Amino acid sequence: MTPDRPTSVDLRAIYEESGVGKILDELDRELVGLGPVKRRIREIAALLLVDRARRELGLAHEPPTLHMSFTGNPGTGKTTVAGRMAGILHRLGYIRKGHLVSVTRDDLVGQYIGHTAPKTKEILKKAMGGVLFIDEAYYLYRPENERDYGQESIEILLQIMENQRDDLVVILAGYEDRMERFFSANPGFRSRIAHHVEFPDYSDDELLAISEVMLERLNYRLSADAEVALRRYLALRREQPHFSNARSLRNALDRARLRQAKRLFEESEGPVDAEALSTISAEDILASRVFETSQAGSTGS
Amino acid sequence: MKLTQGTFSFLPELTDDQIRAQVQYCLDQGWAVNLEFTDDPHPRNTYWDMWGHPMFDIADAAGVMIELADCREVYGDRYIRLSAFDSSPGWESIRLSFIVNRPTSEPGFRLDRREGAGRLIRYSTHSYATERPAGERYGDDA
Repeated sequence: MTPDRPTSVDLRAIYEESGVGKILDELDRELVGLGPVKRRIREIAALLLVDRARRELGLAHEPPTLHMSFTGNPGTGKTTVAGRMAGILHRLGYIRKGHLVSVTRDDLVGQYIGHTAPKTKEILKKAMGGVLFIDEAYYLYRPENERDYGQESIEILLQIMENQRDDLVVILAGYEDRMERFFSANPGFRSRIAHHVEFPDYSDDELLAISEVMLERLNYRLSADAEVALRRYLALRREQPHFSNARSLRNALDRARLRQAKRLFEESEGPVDAEALSTISAEDILASRVFETSQAGSTGS
Repeated sequence: MKLTQGTFSFLPELTDDQIRAQVQYCLDQGWAVNLEFTDDPHPRNTYWDMWGHPMFDIADAAGVMIELADCREVYGDRYIRLSAFDSSPGWESIRLSFIVNRPTSEPGFRLDRREGAGRLIRYSTHSYATERPAGERYGDDA
């Protein structure tokens, strides 16, 4: 150990100085549920903090691999958490800019020979210094078509992920089972990804809590009846195909707002007060198609 | 003869880290960076060939450095310059432009004098490099 190097570091001081605690607290406060995810992120943040301390003492030299995979059903907050992750990595000094570039297959893979490499590179250039978030990453790999250009994109990605680890962090996201197949077909990805984070589905209570947050942001609120109706709605909707957690909830609330507007417009005689304008009542939710199909006893949507 | 065009040209060659720092400064100002190359370094030759498109929407210098490395791989035996464009006035104007790559040997220029009627003399700058065909000017045997 060289004499000019400190012999001890204050972890608490690094923690305070990085401001990462603020982001973690925000994460806890603003995102409902997602317990296991928050725990994993705290673990990763702690690991990076310790790694930084170790580097100050000269115990570690290689930058750690930070590429991650986020697996979980749609609407479980993967993109939102990726944005927070970028903030955390930026605060800890592992990426220089802390912006999030969110892409899907279409942004990376070209339509004809020679189109893919420049397209992928263009995106990578934009993502340098930040986080590249590839949603539904398994679409990059299409084994059924051997002339698919996705493979070319994968090779460029792997090369950059390996060679420019301190310039860019890649987060792959998608459904769990399909990501699993994707990784087994592309072992290069699995070995370059350090952190696998699983996103659980939201429970009904959590979804209700989320609905409150969503509506509050729009200055709406649910009446007591509507809350009961929404709970019933969620239970039924969950059984139907294409249930995508918070996203389905948001769509349901958007449609409820539509019906509320229509109802107010048709029923109102004379002036309407702010109370009426911002309250979603049970009938706005109960008019949903989800209830019809359940009454008819059919399982289809 | 060392070509002195653009910013920093009287300084020693910038290292890659110094180039990276300059690029990052440009990006932080919101300027778009682009790369051009040529083997005709005449001072009045403003039309250098572009390497790809100007790079908009890039946050970090690493993105530009990738392109510079690619450009050097293909045209490492030519002059490469890096320019930063500011679009805030409503049009693109150059804020910074400097040479980031040059050939190993730079033959330089000769001053031609052509006598005209009476005591009139016209001067022109002749680049020795352009005596060879374009694309072969700064080869190994130059």
